[in-house]
Amino acid sequence: MNEPLTSAYYDLLEEIQAVDFVLCELTLYLDTHPWDEEAVRQFNHHAKQSRQLKKQYENQYGPLFQYGMSYSSYPWNWKDAPWPWQV
Amino acid sequence: MWYYEKKLQYPVRVRECNPRLAKFLIEQYGGADGELAAALRYLNQRYSIPDKVIGLLTDIGTEEFAHLEMIATMVYKLTKDATPEQMKEAGLGAHYVNHDNALFYENASGTPWTASYIQAKGDPIADIYEDIAAEEKARATYQWIINMSDDPELNDGLKYLREREVVHSQRFREAAEILKEERGKKVYF
Repeated sequence: MNEPLTSAYYDLLEEIQAVDFVLCELTLYLDTHPWDEEAVRQFNHHAKQSRQLKKQYENQYGPLFQYGMSYSSYPWNWKDAPWPWQV
Repeated sequence: MWYYEKKLQYPVRVRECNPRLAKFLIEQYGGADGELAAALRYLNQRYSIPDKVIGLLTDIGTEEFAHLEMIATMVYKLTKDATPEQMKEAGLGAHYVNHDNALFYENASGTPWTASYIQAKGDPIADIYEDIAAEEKARATYQWIINMSDDPELNDGLKYLREREVVHSQRFREAAEILKEERGKKVYF
């Protein structure tokens, strides 16, 4: 990716980070509270939201995962900058 | 196996090039209570811990790698534009002659990371109490680094990491209770 990153990029990235933070917290919580049905409901709700946001992100800025967890455009674009410490 | 995700867990911003702060932060990269030690400690202990807490050790161990990447990003951003002269002034002269501006798993005083920082006793209670202590020590270290830092943007990321240590400690405390309960259920002949 050569064009400079826009504020829209940072906004979408932060939205993903916020939803994934909820998932991270609920994952650890559910590891010690597996019978909390409401927490499981929240977890599945946010898991769906995270997937939708990442689909949108990947369409615009390239894959977030590889090893087949994300699709690739042509040419192969997984190796393209920026990497997380560069933004 | 593991999948890498091409994003940070939480945004990392720094105000300016500041190798002096990077020198302090390295403590949480390759120090005794740092993120590398934490990740390797939990992901190694999980093989011999009772099933009920393997998931927690796996997930917290994995999150520690995300924190390691955040610390690396902080150190990288604080030092990438530093001249050899600035590195020397910051007390990183010895680091520079050995590593240039590359990162290295060492503590704030330059001692390389060692596996002797971590333990695996095979005794579930001993291991989980070590993990609670490790989280509390990491939380304290983050506080001491925040106290040394005058970069509000960096401190935002550091405060996030400090709070994660609090949550991990709470989860490990719950795991300790789960282990005690399990131990009580064992039938002896």
